Amino acid sequence: MRKTVTLQINDKEVKAEEGMTILEAAKKVGVEIPTLCYHEELAPYGACRICSVEIERRGRSRMVAACCYPVEEELKVITRSPKIDKIRKTIIELAAVVAGEDVVGEMRALASEYNADLSRFSSRVSIEPTNCILCGLCVRRCVEANWDGAIGFLGRGVNRSVVLFPEKAGNCLICSYCRNVCPTGRITSTGPNPPFPHVDDILAGRK
Amino acid sequence: MGAVKCITSPEGLNRLRERIRAEREPSKPTISVCVSTGCVALGARRVMETLRAELQKQGLKDTVEIRETGCLGFCEQGPRVTIYPEEVCYFKVKPENAPEIVSKNILEKQAVERLLYTDPTTSRKTQKLEDMPFYKYQLRLLLENNARIDPKNIEDYIALGGYSAVAKALFQMTPEQVIEEIKKANLRGRGGAGFPTGLKWETTRNVLDEPKYVIVNCDEGDPGAFQDRSLMEGNPHSVLEGLIIGAYAIGAHEGYVYVREEYPIAVENISVAIEQAEEYGLLGENIMGSGFNFRVRVHRGAGAFVSGESSALMAAIEGNVGEPRPKYVHTAVKGIRDKPSCLNNVKTWANIPLIILRGAEWFRSLGTKGSSGTMIFSLVGKVNNTGLVEVPMGITLRDLIYKIGGGIRGGKRFKAVQTGGPSGGFIPKEHLDLPVDFDELTKIGSMMGSGGMVVMDEDTCMTDMARYFIDFLLEESCGKCVPCREGLRALSKILNDICEGKGKDEDLQTIEDITETMKEASLCELGRTAANPVLTSLEYFRDEWDQHIREKRCASKVCKALTSYYIDPVKCQACLICLRECSVGAIQGEKDQVHWVEQEKCIKCGTCYEVCSFDAIRRLSGEQIPPPPPKGMKPIRKKKGRGLE
Repeated sequence: MRKTVTLQINDKEVKAEEGMTILEAAKKVGVEIPTLCYHEELAPYGACRICSVEIERRGRSRMVAACCYPVEEELKVITRSPKIDKIRKTIIELAAVVAGEDVVGEMRALASEYNADLSRFSSRVSIEPTNCILCGLCVRRCVEANWDGAIGFLGRGVNRSVVLFPEKAGNCLICSYCRNVCPTGRITSTGPNPPFPHVDDILAGRK
Repeated sequence: MGAVKCITSPEGLNRLRERIRAEREPSKPTISVCVSTGCVALGARRVMETLRAELQKQGLKDTVEIRETGCLGFCEQGPRVTIYPEEVCYFKVKPENAPEIVSKNILEKQAVERLLYTDPTTSRKTQKLEDMPFYKYQLRLLLENNARIDPKNIEDYIALGGYSAVAKALFQMTPEQVIEEIKKANLRGRGGAGFPTGLKWETTRNVLDEPKYVIVNCDEGDPGAFQDRSLMEGNPHSVLEGLIIGAYAIGAHEGYVYVREEYPIAVENISVAIEQAEEYGLLGENIMGSGFNFRVRVHRGAGAFVSGESSALMAAIEGNVGEPRPKYVHTAVKGIRDKPSCLNNVKTWANIPLIILRGAEWFRSLGTKGSSGTMIFSLVGKVNNTGLVEVPMGITLRDLIYKIGGGIRGGKRFKAVQTGGPSGGFIPKEHLDLPVDFDELTKIGSMMGSGGMVVMDEDTCMTDMARYFIDFLLEESCGKCVPCREGLRALSKILNDICEGKGKDEDLQTIEDITETMKEASLCELGRTAANPVLTSLEYFRDEWDQHIREKRCASKVCKALTSYYIDPVKCQACLICLRECSVGAIQGEKDQVHWVEQEKCIKCGTCYEVCSFDAIRRLSGEQIPPPPPKGMKPIRKKKGRGLE
């Protein structure tokens, strides 16, 4: 039996098990926190930052990612405020630079909820949109589904991209796991071909 | 041999030290040559060879010792050669100076006046370091021994009292007492954040999990910084000794030294140091017969700036990509392979032996109330004396820049200083009297970081500087989290636009939104602090941003797109020099005909500005370029002037 921790979420007292994250504790009591790179069956990654919430601890407040921050006794959490909304809005607008304006799925829903202007930065920073926000869900899902990721990250910083490793393409099953977790709708095609886009190009050495 | 050297008790260490000291004649002339990176690049190896050959030639090979040592920080004046026991220091030594140094300083015991350092302000020659302004105001605790020790010879370090702090900790103190001493000393992490070292150690010690790890962070990646490098190259045993004490206090039996591959001398010297310490029984099984076991491995980093972040560094040690992870559970609790791991900067570790030997009280007496001890800064940029300086915490920026740094180069005016590396803030002249310590720097929007200090003069464009550092960080962001990766990409685009005269009024609001998001929501400190240069530049130099955005003007004439080159027809002497030097043929005119710049062709490289002897080239920004002179206009000859027949 794990220890019970009492914390406050949006001024309400919440009991949670030690080791839980703020996100899990909030979900338990029906408080929604938006996520893009989170999946309950995968280890938290903390990359999209859309789940940022304000916490107060020992009189000091700051923002943390709810998907990673473990609950603590006497922790005070605010999950929605004008400041949080503004930061989430900016994060969505920033993510749209690489994702493009044609995203579907969770990202599209969040964009309307937070009134994000998807063209705000992408109109200025003109790069070819990839429909991908590099949340890494597909990569992590693939590793855990196949024990040997057929897809992975390549490059650092703004050169980061998700690719299919040609030498591991044989491992790409028709599990469609990656398609099911993608929050922007990038991974669209379904089997019998491997669902990852551009797989033929990668195998042919075109990219 | 191994058995003879192996130290099995504190008394054994003392006996060895006595033996080494007895074997060494204190009056034996010794030539110490710096063979650290800076001096080697300036030719120290050749100097060394010629000195050796000269000793051979004059038959002094056996009576004079030559020692290869580490860095004393005044690298721009290298190669450095010091003659002991007189402690005469020579800078900028050339191979052809070797015969004179040997015959005069070694044989006649007289300093070679001509080769001594000349103080540029007083024009006086100085023999000793203490008399040079660059060194006079320093307090060199960590760097002091760099010139006395051959880093590849453990006996040099032992002779100066090395490893007695390990002996004291292992045999006279409990691990708890060691931690208590470090806590009392109020030593704060020298790598950036300034977290209290003792508390960190205690956290790792108290975690009920095994094994525990201790790690040296030598992934120094700030542009222009080399303080960790100098310590690792010049005195690796001091770092190792601190690490052994830390491992004992924490209860770790395994340690890592993470050092970037770009520091080959540091990699070599620390590897040799580990080997020798093992050979002498100071590392490995049953250290000095105390029953404490501790092994150290060197991990060579692949050079990513972000790998200096502790969780990224540990991921790299695990063999994964060096990317940070959320640290809400500290690495001190869950680090390498999820085991408690205590990571400290090179300088932090090197302070430990001093605190153990001289005590917490002594250490607290140095520096300020909140920040004890000294800090090594790498003072670079537009100051007269650049190099590594070790000063007590709390020294003012003014003293650092004017007393030690000798003021601004070329008699120009000071504009700003950036502390703490690429994500540090720009500090304007209003804050020059600020005492430098962890808390004071944070208060005004900058940080201590790892000790970087870049001085900028009046010719610096602060908007362009912010752009430069954002572009640096854009290259170095790992790309994992959205605020840092996309925030930097958007900031870089906007800042480059502003510097190219394409800024818009609403840009400042956009910058504010992005920087706030980066500061609040980024995954690691790289992203959280990346906006500092932009924010401080906006706070202290707002007028320059307005000039760029509204007037399309760069007052410092740094931003190329906003600057034009124009030849003043009244001053031009039609000497053809700029015309010939121009690589794109943008300068028109001929002999005895006033020259003019064809603006469409000009790439604004500034060559004509540099080569003109008549001060005829003007840089214009935000003003109308006057039309070219009438065709065939003859130069107005000056009565006197260089370059005229």
